[in-house]
Amino acid sequence: MKEKIADLEEKARRLRVAIVKTLHKSQSGHTGGSLSAIDMVCALYFHKMRHNPQDPAWEGRDRFVLSKGHAAPALYVTLAECGYFPAEDLMMLRRLGSHLQGHPDSKGTPGVDVCTGSLGQGLSMANGMALGFKLDGKDNRVYAVLGDGELQEGQIWEAAMAAGHYKSDNLCALIDANGLQIDGDVSKVMNVASIGDKFKAFGWNVIEIDGHDMGQIISALDQAEAHKGAPTAIVAKTVKGKGVHLFENKASYHGVTPNDEELPEALRCLGCCD
Amino acid sequence: MIATRDAYGEALAELGGENDKIVALDADLSGSTKTGVFAKKFPNRFFNMGIAEANMVGTAAGLASVGKIPFLSTFAIFAAGRGWEQIRQSLAYPKANVKVVATHGGVTVGEDGGSHQSVEDIAIMRAIPNMTVIVPADGEETKGAIRAAAAYKGPVYVRLGRNKVANVFPAGHKFEIGKGNVVAEGKDLTFITTGLMTAQAVIAAEKLEEEGISARVLHIGTIKPLDKELVLKAAQETGAIVTAEEHSVVGGLGGAVAEFLSEECPTLMKRVGIYDRFGLSGKSDELLKYFGLNAETLIEQAREIVSRKK
Ligand SMILES: Cc1ncc(C[n+]2csc(CCOP(=O)(O)OP(=O)(O)O)c2C)c(N)n1
Repeated sequence: MKEKIADLEEKARRLRVAIVKTLHKSQSGHTGGSLSAIDMVCALYFHKMRHNPQDPAWEGRDRFVLSKGHAAPALYVTLAECGYFPAEDLMMLRRLGSHLQGHPDSKGTPGVDVCTGSLGQGLSMANGMALGFKLDGKDNRVYAVLGDGELQEGQIWEAAMAAGHYKSDNLCALIDANGLQIDGDVSKVMNVASIGDKFKAFGWNVIEIDGHDMGQIISALDQAEAHKGAPTAIVAKTVKGKGVHLFENKASYHGVTPNDEELPEALRCLGCCD
Repeated sequence: MIATRDAYGEALAELGGENDKIVALDADLSGSTKTGVFAKKFPNRFFNMGIAEANMVGTAAGLASVGKIPFLSTFAIFAAGRGWEQIRQSLAYPKANVKVVATHGGVTVGEDGGSHQSVEDIAIMRAIPNMTVIVPADGEETKGAIRAAAAYKGPVYVRLGRNKVANVFPAGHKFEIGKGNVVAEGKDLTFITTGLMTAQAVIAAEKLEEEGISARVLHIGTIKPLDKELVLKAAQETGAIVTAEEHSVVGGLGGAVAEFLSEECPTLMKRVGIYDRFGLSGKSDELLKYFGLNAETLIEQAREIVSRKK
């Protein structure tokens, strides 16, 4: 297990490097929220989810919904690392003619099942998938990553109510609780605390973790899978911009990309010398 | 040359000083929509509603019903999109005195891609009874439009852009709701345009002049109510119309003009806009070119329509 965790930590480090390089190249996109979510996305794709990069449409696959679609770089670097498409494609992020749109687009990117980017809609889609699997008696699981600012959307709570009501225990929501949104602190813009209690009130199983501790992430995902009779919300305390001190905990790096001066320092923080 | 959203920020802050009934609401985009300028000056009259557009619309309706003049802002796709039914029921139906000022309309949002590019908001706002729909050409007109919207009693939708745009109108240009502007005279055809396409029409008209084609440029700053008088005059006097907008050709300015003329004065027409498809990621100038939203397309369409007239 220790080895597995160390492996995943190393993977996440490399994915952070890829995020920084990709965003530096595109000079457009979302840095902070991609770096805060990457440990969880990494654990899902390299530890938890059943999927097959050689066959993106494989029916037996678990589903992933990046509800906070602006963190697309975190998803894209992960999909590339899995082999869904060549890593060179990342350098075309957000460019005209590229299949890597600014926000996830299921029409063009292998491995992306749902279009997201307009916040607040992902959990409904994820629960729909979960209900569909149950209807068919299938054991596929569904994972959705949400932002804490995103929780301000009313539709999230309609989805939470529905998932609790239908006891969608094949659904797991991961809340990337980095405490920041565009206009500043989530608690100041529109307070969503206490997140765990809110999900509990809708009948969810709730697990609170440090979203950068790989051991805790894995154990929470395993517990979620074992829990029957209710969907699970993993409320993960994270740091926006995690891994690069220049970007950490700064709302101003929400939609700002590393510039030429910041790049070497950012890569150095991530233990990358090339 | 400024972005219409910047002109909005300035105008709103200025108006806030003149009328303390004016309040502003935003949904976590106050830096981008420029309501932040107002928020800084009048913090107690600014409400950041968080990422919750539908709730923001309803809250604005409530504020209006107790005598405030709310301006609410977010990107066009989230205002007109997420808030559509709330805008219909809580603002337009009761004629609430709320101004929806949506920024980042059209494809010039750029790299964020199709999910963020609002190419149908003019159509869906125009379909709502009681709704006034304004799409300014430049910063000067935006300032006038914001002033006019504040003075007007009832719901107004103003659609603004992200990028800097060339000036069409001189400083101090007076904006009147429902009135179009003939920006250039001409007799062979009329470009009827809105938003950033008006500046392109001016360029196109100048180039066409050199080929001996005389194009009128009629800017429509208010899509609804449409300035029927000027549109009819253009149809009768020039006999050919080319509309242009940074929006779908379905239901926007082109649709409005076509609907009106088909009943009053059937006229040869061409619509320049986005042909019933979603946007893409790319730089805004690349996207404008990709979708043919420029003077070149207007020139081609003008040549063709004039040749068909004969
Ligand atoms: C419906 C909708 N409203 C507004 C936006 C613009 N927007 C993009 S990201 C963002 C802030 C998201 O904050 P959070 O969910 O906390 O994400 P994170 O901090 O993890 O990046 C906003 C308001 C959007 N994409 N969708």
